[in-house]
Amino acid sequence: MTYFIQLLISGLVVGSIYALSALGFVLIYKSSRVLNIAHGQIIASGAFIAYALTVYAGVPLIISFFLSMVITFFLSMAVERVFLRRLIGEPIISVIMVTIGLMSIIDGIIYLTPFGSTNMSFPKFFPPEPLNILGATVSWTQVVGVVLTAIIIAALSWFFKNSTLGISMRAVSDDQLASMSIGISVPKVFGLAWALAGLTAAAAGGIIGNITGLNFDTLHAFGIIVFPVVILGGLDSIGGAVVAGVIMGLIQQFAAGYLDGNWGLQGTAEVLPYIILLILLLFKPHGLFGTHEIERV
Amino acid sequence: MRRRHTLSQTQIRRRNMSNIGQDSAARLLEVNNIEVVYNDIVQVLRGVSIGVTEGKIVSLLGTNGAGKTTTLRAISGLLKPENGHIREGYIKFDGNDITNVLGTKVVTLGAVMVPEGRRVFKHLTIEENIRAGSTTRKDGSKKIKADFDAMYQLFPRLTEIGNKMAGYCSGGEQQMIAIARAMMAAPKMLMLDEPSLGLAPLLVKEIFENIKHINKEMGTTILVVEQNAKIALAISDYAYIMESGKIVLEGHSKELQNNPDVKEFYMGITKGGNRKSFKEVKSYKRRKRWM
Ligand SMILES: Nc1ncnc2c1ncn2[C@@H]1O[C@H](COP(=O)(O)OP(=O)(O)O)[C@@H](O)[C@H]1O
Ligand SMILES: [Mg+2]
Repeated sequence: MTYFIQLLISGLVVGSIYALSALGFVLIYKSSRVLNIAHGQIIASGAFIAYALTVYAGVPLIISFFLSMVITFFLSMAVERVFLRRLIGEPIISVIMVTIGLMSIIDGIIYLTPFGSTNMSFPKFFPPEPLNILGATVSWTQVVGVVLTAIIIAALSWFFKNSTLGISMRAVSDDQLASMSIGISVPKVFGLAWALAGLTAAAAGGIIGNITGLNFDTLHAFGIIVFPVVILGGLDSIGGAVVAGVIMGLIQQFAAGYLDGNWGLQGTAEVLPYIILLILLLFKPHGLFGTHEIERV
Repeated sequence: MRRRHTLSQTQIRRRNMSNIGQDSAARLLEVNNIEVVYNDIVQVLRGVSIGVTEGKIVSLLGTNGAGKTTTLRAISGLLKPENGHIREGYIKFDGNDITNVLGTKVVTLGAVMVPEGRRVFKHLTIEENIRAGSTTRKDGSKKIKADFDAMYQLFPRLTEIGNKMAGYCSGGEQQMIAIARAMMAAPKMLMLDEPSLGLAPLLVKEIFENIKHINKEMGTTILVVEQNAKIALAISDYAYIMESGKIVLEGHSKELQNNPDVKEFYMGITKGGNRKSFKEVKSYKRRKRWM
């Protein structure tokens, strides 16, 4: 039982980080139909910025965490303005090529810095002794990470449901022409979507970095798991990304915990998400919560 | 080759005479001799001039493909997404030159369009649709809330059906949502592109009553584009008739209602007072084109 609870807890921790990682990808796709291949690189940038602020600039960890979110917010907004704004209306493949280029550029920059080759870890901030929940253990860093993730997701949901700006962003993803007819600036909405994606990506990066340490490959891996998560959730659904992230985290932890080592199985955590994804897509091609066209006669 | 128009030269002359019909001093909108091209080659508007006097309802009539939607796009700054632009002429709204400016700017100046086919945000609720209309406003949440409530008073039906997703509403309800959404931008001038399209006659009547109410009680100037000349002439003060990218006739709506050609072509009524079938009118039109 303790083993089950332990797996459940680590599944929820990993899953909530997947959710936060996937959120930004969905925000960009939802508003502008751009598949941002470089999303994992933005997550990594956020993590490294937080580290640089904490260790090199001596800013307290919590402050540098939020500061990195703000910085990545603006960096991401600038990326949209410089690289993607001019591509509005161009074929989808050109846009994808640009985000692939963006991925290479950010990778290149990171490899030039110490972050590309060395493993680093954030200074310990929370008490080292773990919390005990029904016999299972969970570190303070993990608890704080999950709580922060929940707060960020709740704040964003509130923003999209209740603020006029949030509603106008959803309006743009629904019908661009109609949005323009009431004066909504579509490019501004795209910029804001990128900025919010940067903000959530940096938060995810900061949390991952604090839990697992800073390793470029690990951060890459989080960038890649985003794809099955968003497809499972349904590309354009924010709630879907959150639910799918948590499901994916649980599947992986339970697979690693119960399947690996039995019946000669190994590395099921890496494969199982994709198997489940393939099976689900046979029955629900829009993912769990993807938007269906409303056809009213 | 020069293209011919259905309405004859005499009517174009008549049009110039009746130009005095609207007082040009109080004009909120002035479209002056604009030419619009799509994709840099397809010329759709060939020197269109219309004026809208503050406080009035003006209608722009014409058959399918005449260039009505293009005219509204030109005014609302929505040609660019369609790869079109105004090549000649100018548009002035409320004293500002709005020729080829961005749509966002036009809305903040006070001209807002309800697009053809309503185009509600299908996956947003009715309330969210209406709220979205206030995005550009800077006059405080109190005023915005008051206008929001006023919209539900104007369209009680939207309260009755509950706050469902707009995509699941009927055509008439969607038209109400689209009008309420545009009104939330607090326009000085509301433009409507074929509000009667695809609606049952009873609903058309209701929507046009609403439009009249918006004009008379809320003081919003109206420019309405219609193929349904009968209903549009019934509520408007002044009207323009467009064919193949040109204005071929204009005048006070009351005069146009009695104009035999307008009756014939756009209202389908013969001299004897009988309704002509669409097919008959069409073949008659085709014949006249060659004369
Ligand atoms: N985006 C566009 N690109 C090219 N041609 C267009 C476009 N929109 C409309 N047209 C053409 O312009 C003409 C007028 O269209 P429109 O303004 O929609 O007329 P109406 O609203 O009176 O039916 C039509 O011949 C139509 O084919
Ligand atoms: Mg039209």
